[in-house]
Amino acid sequence: MKHFNTPLLELKNIRRFFQEAILDDVSLTIYQGEILGIIGRSGAGKTTLIRCINGLDRIDSGKIFFDGKNITQLNDSDRQLIQRRIAMIFQHFNLLSSLRVIDNVALPLKFVGYPKKKRRQLSLEMLDLVGLSDKASYYPAQLSGGQKQRVGIARALASNPVILLSDEATSALDSETTQSILELLVGINQKTGLAIVLITHEMEVIRSIATRILVLEHGRIVEEGMVKDVFARPQSTTARSLLQLMIPALPTKISEKLNPYHGQEAIIELRISGAEARKPFLNNLQGETGVVARIIQGGIDIIQGESLGHFFLAISAIDKKKLEKAREWLANHSDKSEVLGYVQF
Amino acid sequence: MSNFELLCAIVPSAIIDTLWMTCASSFFAFLFGFPLGLLLYATSSGNLFQNNWINRPISAIVDSLRAIPFIILAATIMPITRIIIGKAIGNEAMIFVLSISAIPFYARIAELSFREVDRNLIDTVRAMGATRFQAIREVAIPETLSSLISGFTVTVITILAATAMAGFIGANGLGKLAISYGYQRYNLVVMTILIIILIILNNVIQWFGDRITKRIIFRCQGLQSSIKNLSKDRSNIFFEKN
Ligand SMILES: Nc1ncnc2c1ncn2[C@@H]1O[C@H](COP(=O)(O)OP(=O)(O)O)[C@@H](O)[C@H]1O
Ligand SMILES: [Mg+2]
Repeated sequence: MKHFNTPLLELKNIRRFFQEAILDDVSLTIYQGEILGIIGRSGAGKTTLIRCINGLDRIDSGKIFFDGKNITQLNDSDRQLIQRRIAMIFQHFNLLSSLRVIDNVALPLKFVGYPKKKRRQLSLEMLDLVGLSDKASYYPAQLSGGQKQRVGIARALASNPVILLSDEATSALDSETTQSILELLVGINQKTGLAIVLITHEMEVIRSIATRILVLEHGRIVEEGMVKDVFARPQSTTARSLLQLMIPALPTKISEKLNPYHGQEAIIELRISGAEARKPFLNNLQGETGVVARIIQGGIDIIQGESLGHFFLAISAIDKKKLEKAREWLANHSDKSEVLGYVQF
Repeated sequence: MSNFELLCAIVPSAIIDTLWMTCASSFFAFLFGFPLGLLLYATSSGNLFQNNWINRPISAIVDSLRAIPFIILAATIMPITRIIIGKAIGNEAMIFVLSISAIPFYARIAELSFREVDRNLIDTVRAMGATRFQAIREVAIPETLSSLISGFTVTVITILAATAMAGFIGANGLGKLAISYGYQRYNLVVMTILIIILIILNNVIQWFGDRITKRIIFRCQGLQSSIKNLSKDRSNIFFEKN
């Protein structure tokens, strides 16, 4: 696991008010080369946070440091120099419909004042990087959503940024296209060491590529940690409920029939991780206790290189002694095991 | 003199007068109306150069001028016309009056076009480090071009109609002929033909404006097939605008 410890951008106790506090005492650091996921429900203040980071919104209190320098009080023209190091991609791509793809990509370079020849050459390189050099002279309306976002990425990269901010950049795309965009981002991150801040309301996106996660709730950071830790043991209600959508649940047909005391079969919820998740645990259970368990629901997910398993098992409850032995074995070989109840078939 | 001979004698020069007044006034309407519209948009609240001290007075003047009917405006500003043009009647005096009337008209139309610019696009380029002027030059204007042009077509047609009306107050052209032969002498044939000519002029202008607008919209919506052919050849990539 790589460790990222060169801070690029630091927010200290940021506050932003409209009628009420939209961002309330937010502090965070973006490290060089990391992929930071910021998740929260809609209205949590994610977009406001990103607008404060890239200077579109003024903060009401707090400090912002870029590369160790306090940039909170900078005037417009000095700020522009920093904004050019922080690029952004958007949910609705925000391409200029009146410009061809290549001119869209060249736009930030124009603001920097590069000569035309250099702009075209760099833009073509960027389009090559995102795999769209054959579409250089198309207009955005001729492209699919995924292609438009690739153009958005090429445009963001053109000005050679150190941080890429992504505000729900995959939320308007289908899941297949989302994956290909995320792969592109990871590739760029690994190749260039560009720090990426992924703002999203979809856990799936964070799960795929982020290394670190921040959970935003009503303008406050309620949870922060490595993605694999937060996924294994979510603390905040927001993280838990957002994770719920991804976590396999007991089929309702079974959960409806669940009786807390009596039944032929016990239903056990089991969470395993690390080395245990890589062993054939059902075979081991049978070998060591003689109990046969049936998987009702669940599977193993690999998150940031870590195996996380979540299962619902059914074990015969007719022989109480054997069941007790099996429960003990499972408790010793998992992060968490719990009898949810019993069912009568 | 038969009607035909009469028409041959008077119509060509009348068409030239009408076109001259329409073109010159349209030119001034654009020259002053466009920046005025841009100013109204940029200084309105929530936009790049938000400034009520500029926006409110200009807005009030523009609206007042627009509220006055053309004929009454012409009569009201006659003394000013006399000072600036040297006389209060004739084509040049009418061009002045028509321009004064058309400038605020086009300014409002241009402002409405600019208001349709997606704020997110402005924010996008601002976040790239574009100055406010760059945001206007590179985003607001190109993104509204088609609507600015269709608005200008409407303005030219409105001016054409106004030149006809200006025949009542001493302007030459088709309007004056229509009034003197149709209204005063009641020559139905001549009047009908003059009206048909006006309608044709009107349609030609509209057709021309639509063609330009459509070309821009088609291009942006990617309906122009030639682009696809061009893009097959990488060496053809030299489109970047300045
Ligand atoms: N310019 C604004 N004026 C007033 N309220 C705003 C403004 N921008 C955002 N808000 C409010 O801030 C809250 C957070 O918005 P936002 O940052 O867009 O959330 P998210 O991106 O997480 O969905 C919302 O309740 C929204 O209504
Ligand atoms: Mg948002």
